[in-house]
This record gives sequence, C-alpha cells and structure tokens, in this order.
Amino acid sequence: MHRLNSPRTGGLMALVAVIAVLPLFFPNNFYFDVAILAGFNAIVCIGLNLLIGYAGQISLGHAGFLGLGAYSSAVLTTHLGWPPFLAMAVGAVATGLLAFLVARPILKLKGHYLAMATLGLGIIISIVMNQEEELTGGPDGMTVPPLTAFGYEIYGEQIWYWVVGVLLVFCVWLALNIIESPVGRSLKAVHGSEVAAEVSGVDTGHYKALVFVISAVFASLAGSLGAHYTGFVTPADVGFFKSIELVTMVVLGGMASTYGAVIGAAILTVLPQLLTQFEEYEHMIFGLILMLVMIFMPKGLVPSLIGKILNRPAAQQEDAAS
Amino acid sequence: MSLLKVENLSKVFGGVHAVEDLSFTINQGKIHSIIGPNGAGKTTLFNLITGIYTPTQGRIAFDDKDIVGLAPYQLAALGMSRTFQNLQIFFNMSALENVMVGLHLHLDRRLFPALFRLGGIAAKESQAEEEAADLMRFVGLGQYVGSESSSMPYGALKRLEIARAMAAKSRILLLDEPAAGLNPSETAEIDELIRKISETGVTVVLVEHDMHLVMGISDHILVLDYGKKLAEGTAREVRANPDVIAAYLGSGAIGGGHAA
Repeated sequence: MHRLNSPRTGGLMALVAVIAVLPLFFPNNFYFDVAILAGFNAIVCIGLNLLIGYAGQISLGHAGFLGLGAYSSAVLTTHLGWPPFLAMAVGAVATGLLAFLVARPILKLKGHYLAMATLGLGIIISIVMNQEEELTGGPDGMTVPPLTAFGYEIYGEQIWYWVVGVLLVFCVWLALNIIESPVGRSLKAVHGSEVAAEVSGVDTGHYKALVFVISAVFASLAGSLGAHYTGFVTPADVGFFKSIELVTMVVLGGMASTYGAVIGAAILTVLPQLLTQFEEYEHMIFGLILMLVMIFMPKGLVPSLIGKILNRPAAQQEDAAS
Repeated sequence: MSLLKVENLSKVFGGVHAVEDLSFTINQGKIHSIIGPNGAGKTTLFNLITGIYTPTQGRIAFDDKDIVGLAPYQLAALGMSRTFQNLQIFFNMSALENVMVGLHLHLDRRLFPALFRLGGIAAKESQAEEEAADLMRFVGLGQYVGSESSSMPYGALKRLEIARAMAAKSRILLLDEPAAGLNPSETAEIDELIRKISETGVTVVLVEHDMHLVMGISDHILVLDYGKKLAEGTAREVRANPDVIAAYLGSGAIGGGHAA
C-alpha cells in the first residue's frame, strides 16, 4: 500500500541531490563549515526526533550525551593515545550504557517531571565536565586531535562536508527503517496511548528505554565527530542551552518527521549566520521567526507544509468543520 | 472448561471497596457479560483482570496460570486483549496502523533487522497491512482502510478498537462498553459484530449498560453491585432474580428491557 507521508526513496533521493548540489553554490569554506555543523546537528536531531516526535518522550538533557561523545573522543585520544575510531566507539557504547541505566527509572516519569529529570541529567554531565579539570580542562575546554583513519587524516572543510553528508543520509535511512517497522510503530503507540499499547502486547518500558538509548548513541557519535572536526570542545558547547537548541530544532522542523528534524537543524544552524547583518536586532528577529512559525505552523515546518500540499481538500474540510 | 477463574478478588481504593471478595468463573467460548449499576466495579474488575491494576487480595487464574502481578503486555502475550470504555486510540497513526499495533505480538520485533531492513521486513510489513485491512473489513470499517484515525467518527473508532484487540488473535476478548455512546442502529450492528466474533471461537466478555444488548446476546451474565456478586446465570435466570430486580434494574426495567 502506497503511503505518501513516508516517501522513503523519493525523500532520500532528494536529500542526496541537495547534499550533492549545495557545494556548487558555496563561494568559500565558511559555507562548508556552516553546512557541516548543520549536518552534525541534524544527526543528533534525527535521533532526538525518534524520542520526542515518535515516542512522545521529552529530553532536555541530550546535549549531555553529545558532550559524553565529544569528551570521550577528546579524553581517550589525548590522554590515553587511543585511535579516534576506537575512542568514538567506546564513547558511544558508554553513552548508550548510561542512557540504558537511567532510562528505566527516568522514563517512568511523564511530561514536566520527565523534562526536569532529563534536564538534571544534562546538568550533572555538564558539572562533571566543568569540575574534572585534570581530565577535561574544566570550563576552558580541551583540544581534540584530528580524525585519522587507516593512516589518512580527514582534514579540511571540503572533505568533512562529504563525510558528514554520507553519514547524514545513512542516519536518515536508519531512522526511516526504524519508523517503518514494528519497532517504530510501537514507539508511536507509546506516544498515542501507553495503556492501549500495553494491552496490545507492547512492552512500553522496553521501547522507551530502547529509543532513549538509540537517541543517546546518535548524539554521542555526532558529538565525537564534531569534536574531531572543530578540534576543540568546551562544556558550554554541550550544556543546557545546547539541549534547548536541539529540542527547538526538532519542534521547528516538525515532530514525528525525520526530514523535519534535518530541516529544523539546518534552518536553526544557518539562520543565526544570515541574521548577523542585523547586528543587535539579530536575536530579536531570530525569536520572532521562531514564534511566527510555531503560531502559524504548530505541527512544525515539514508536516505542516506536506499537509498543505497533499491534503488541500481534506484540510479545507477540517477547517470548515471546526 | 474454565478459561478465567477469579477467586476472592478485592480491590481497595483508600478505604473504598471497588471490588470485594469476588469469585466467579468464565468458561471457554460463548459470550459473557458483566453488568451492574454505575460504580458497581465493572471497569475496575476489567482493569484487575488485564493487569492494569494490582488486586489488594485474591487470585486470578487464566488458563490455570496465576496471572496476578503480570503486566498488561505479558497478559496480552498469554492471549488476553481488551478495549476501553473511554476510547484509547493511537490518534498519531492511521486507522490501519492502529490495527497493526494489535498484530505486534505476531510480528518480527527485533531492532537490528528493522534498522538495516533485513529479514524480509518490507514483505512482512505489507503482509501485516493486508491482515490489518482484512480485520478492518471484518468489523465493518472497509471504507476507512486508508483513513487517518483522527478523522474517523466515534462509532467507527469503537470498531477500530475492536479490530485492534482482535488482531492479537487472543483467546479471550474483553470489551468495555462497546455500545456506549452509540445510537440504536449502531448498537444493533455491534450486537451482530460481537456474535460474529464469538463464532470465530474467541471467548467474549462484555461490560455493558445497554440491557437490550446484554440480555439478547449473553450466554452467561454476572451481576455486580458495590463490588460484590449479586447474581450469576443465564439472561433468564438473572432477569428473574429478585435481588437483581430490587437492587439494580427496578421492577419495570426488566420486562420492558429499557436501558438503565
């Protein structure tokens, strides 16, 4: 049965095309840099969207997982001399393990209480990074060696752009695969009605923990790569405000839409750069744009636009009925 | 043969005995009803049986296995499914996906095949879609196979829940007020649907207010009042029981068959 709202091949092809064509319009490396950062944010948001958009569980502490990945890579390569990919893998496993351990107790909570608990988790991680100065360099942060693989060094914006591009497509593909499977349907069921999911045989505790771990691992991997790319990491990069920024990206792009998460991440990474010309009005205009989008497109950009394009007659009927 | 056996079951909510020292048996097959005035403990009893509440006291055996303390999803795996009095629809999904959640226990639920789309996931998913569509047609929702659940009318959503519960291929199906909020012609259709489900061999247990429906289709009726068993038996026996007449239906309601 054909489902228009999950354009697996069409959407993936469009994403590949955009990533392939974009560099033609990049006049200098600064543009590549912004695109790469957007890509890292998008990878985190794809995972976070599985948690927030699909399973309906909030996390205000995801920058903490991003930070665990970044600092695992930084600390293990710098202090212990581990190869970057080993450090990255160990960081991802450790982050996944931590997420798994806290998931069961934390995800018993709902709504505001869950928000507070995840917020606390993020803050604890942030405090550790600030306090363990001998290991992490404290608030000043620490340098991270470049990423090397098989003797080659991944170096320069133009190469990183393609690495991140390929990874992004891969992550979108993974997310779509999860969503279009019994696992993804169970996540949506947890969101829709936990009690109905349970009596249908869905172990809601298991799926909530699972999606929390998946989203944490996505964040950890993006954090590791981002640290290698920028060559530097500070606790402020992975603190409370980063967590809020990530949630805003997911909500702006559109909850329960993988492409929405990508577009939300892209817009919120690029927009501040575009608005710098307004100087002191930058933040005001930024806030205004966010408010207007959420007022006129409460479902987020992608679901609202798709809804407008595909279901024009249906949408009008709904308007008439309400 | 007894499929569900409840012994000395009690549930206390802060001093209120919602269910008190209740014992009864539900045999395999046929249609069973639980009736009683508002607050008699019918829905509490359903929630106890399906693992949503934990009993204060007593024993519940399903197929001779003690099920007290098991989570609802574990009971579902044993072959128990239910619907809800106040609808519990997954409004974030299409109608078809709602029913497909009901198929959950019969699908490949492993993460890694799903992640990399291995093990014929795509083929299994379209097979599940077919099966869910068949179930929707069975409950009379053929026209809504392509619909979003959020755009369906109330009566159709009640059937959607029944389709989802049936998808689990359970041995016992507990329907909590399937006719509540429906008009007489819709109620008659639900009546027919329940008979049809019963004919497939599933044991059906109803909680219902609509006396017409209950008296007409039930093979066995359990009457509750203030959490206790008031009477039990066939429709004829229950109707003639003086306790039932006095405590619940009132002398006029039984013969006339008006809904309470």
